[in-house]
Amino acid sequence: MSHGARRVWSGQAVFLAWATVAACGFVAPFVVYPVFAMNVLVMALFASALNLLLGYSGLLSFGHAAFLGSAAYVTGWSAKAWGMPVLVSLAAGVAVATLLGLVFGVLALRRTGIYFAMITLGLAQVVYFIVVQMPWTGGEDGLQGIPRGTFLGIDLGNSIAMYYFTYAVFLAAFWLIQRTIRSPFGQVLRAIKENEPRAISLGYDVQRYKLLAFVISAGLAGLAGSLKALAMQFATLGDVAWQRSGEVVLMTLLGGMGTVLGPSVGALLVVTMENYLSSIGSWVTVITGAVFVVVVMAFRRGIVGEVQALLGRRS
Amino acid sequence: MIQALSGQLLLGLINGSFYALLSLGLAIIFGLLDVVNFAHGAQYMLGAFLAWMGLTYLGIGYWWALFLSPLLVGVLGLVIERVFLRRLQGLDNLYGLLLTFGLALVIEGLFHHAFGNSGSPYPVPELLRGGFDLGFMYLPKYRAWVVVVSLVVSIGSWFVIEKTRVGAYLRAGTENPKLLQAFGVNVPVMFMLTYGFGVALAAFAGVMAAPIYQVTPMMGSSVIMVVFAVVVIGGMGSILGSVVTGIGVGLIEGLTKFVWPEAASVVVFVLMAVVLLVRPAGLFGRQK
Repeated sequence: MSHGARRVWSGQAVFLAWATVAACGFVAPFVVYPVFAMNVLVMALFASALNLLLGYSGLLSFGHAAFLGSAAYVTGWSAKAWGMPVLVSLAAGVAVATLLGLVFGVLALRRTGIYFAMITLGLAQVVYFIVVQMPWTGGEDGLQGIPRGTFLGIDLGNSIAMYYFTYAVFLAAFWLIQRTIRSPFGQVLRAIKENEPRAISLGYDVQRYKLLAFVISAGLAGLAGSLKALAMQFATLGDVAWQRSGEVVLMTLLGGMGTVLGPSVGALLVVTMENYLSSIGSWVTVITGAVFVVVVMAFRRGIVGEVQALLGRRS
Repeated sequence: MIQALSGQLLLGLINGSFYALLSLGLAIIFGLLDVVNFAHGAQYMLGAFLAWMGLTYLGIGYWWALFLSPLLVGVLGLVIERVFLRRLQGLDNLYGLLLTFGLALVIEGLFHHAFGNSGSPYPVPELLRGGFDLGFMYLPKYRAWVVVVSLVVSIGSWFVIEKTRVGAYLRAGTENPKLLQAFGVNVPVMFMLTYGFGVALAAFAGVMAAPIYQVTPMMGSSVIMVVFAVVVIGGMGSILGSVVTGIGVGLIEGLTKFVWPEAASVVVFVLMAVVLLVRPAGLFGRQK
């Protein structure tokens, strides 16, 4: 395939991706439970944020739950205890996650590869233990009964209204991620992923690019967490636990690392599976683990990646 | 006061012995196979559970379990290497991490399904009951046994790797597996056996841990994260380094439990952060 053809193809793919997401998202609350649909959206955003790091920068973070969870708690507390408007609560959550991302990034980027994964996992454990011990987080019960508030005079207590609010934020964030990937900055990230020594020799300050990618990813993961707190109306320890970090890695891997739609597809599948299988309890863990094994062994490009490869070969 | 402090330090020493054994296995596997064995905690749990199941269902005692359980888990390790890990060679080493993470979830999920959340106690073997009165504190025999055995196993592993022919092959394989194969050593089999040995070491630690901690399906996942931090702190470059770091981290944890109990569960990770700032390659590591 020539360079020009690939460009057209990738342009079509992006358009197709947008059209699919937009159409599915628009009718979703009338087909499934709005709360379920919101859960899919926030997890899709979470996975897309991780994908920015894992798929386009080649950095495996095993601690992204720290950003999701801390933002969920901050947003929840801001809305519940201080009665802040929705946007302020969201901004507070994102701000905390972004700052946390800066701290994590500065520390974890001092090592590469698998050490990077282990460090992010360890730092996320610190956040987990802090959340467990803070008096205001409600310990095992978490924060319950978080009010959704109103936006432009619309009562978000209505789940359909809240859904479209979540959907709008999701689309904006999704667009931001696409813009980032396709920007010169995103190109440099991919260059670093492909061949780091060459990127260095071309004069790029590789560490700063990676750090910026990490911070953006953390902030977006935080946005997903903040939305989650409002949509679900609770924040629990499950959102900061390492299992959540593993789950989002699975979503990204299953859907396809480094693809536009992959993380969303992965999120849809994983959330659906967990929803329908929740009655069989611990089997969910077994199935999750088995899916990991199957994807790693059989289709490392993920569902969307494999489909793209198939279409690409044919054309 | 002194009693409480020495009690915590002893507990730290015991925990540290387990960290040392586990990080040793991780380091050996990583050194040769370039795989971070995320299933290490699950395999440690498996070791403890097999010992407990052997005793409960078949009446097999501690001493046999100490031999049989690592053997069984080691064989499982051989199978895992042969069926899964070998096919991932040459790929980005993240895939090995993700695969073993998946395997850990499967193993832990199965045990969680079968045995639930609650822990099962495992009796201290007859021979090691009782303890010594040291004047300032009481030292249970079993705990002394754990510390001594872990040290012996660790130093034994160090001796084998640094001073014997097998160890020389292992080190050569770590440096350059292709060249080693060209010299006529069967490297794939060596990979398999190394993974089996590292995993057996985890199961051995599990059996040792059974009489001290409760045997639960989740006992591995909490310890593995601390062990990862230990590995980051020490660096995986040296065997003795991982042993010293493991025991050191255990002692610091014990000390923290005495001074500021709430911080005990995070002190390891804070230590990790400090080491990253001061000496990014780890205390005993080489920066590549």
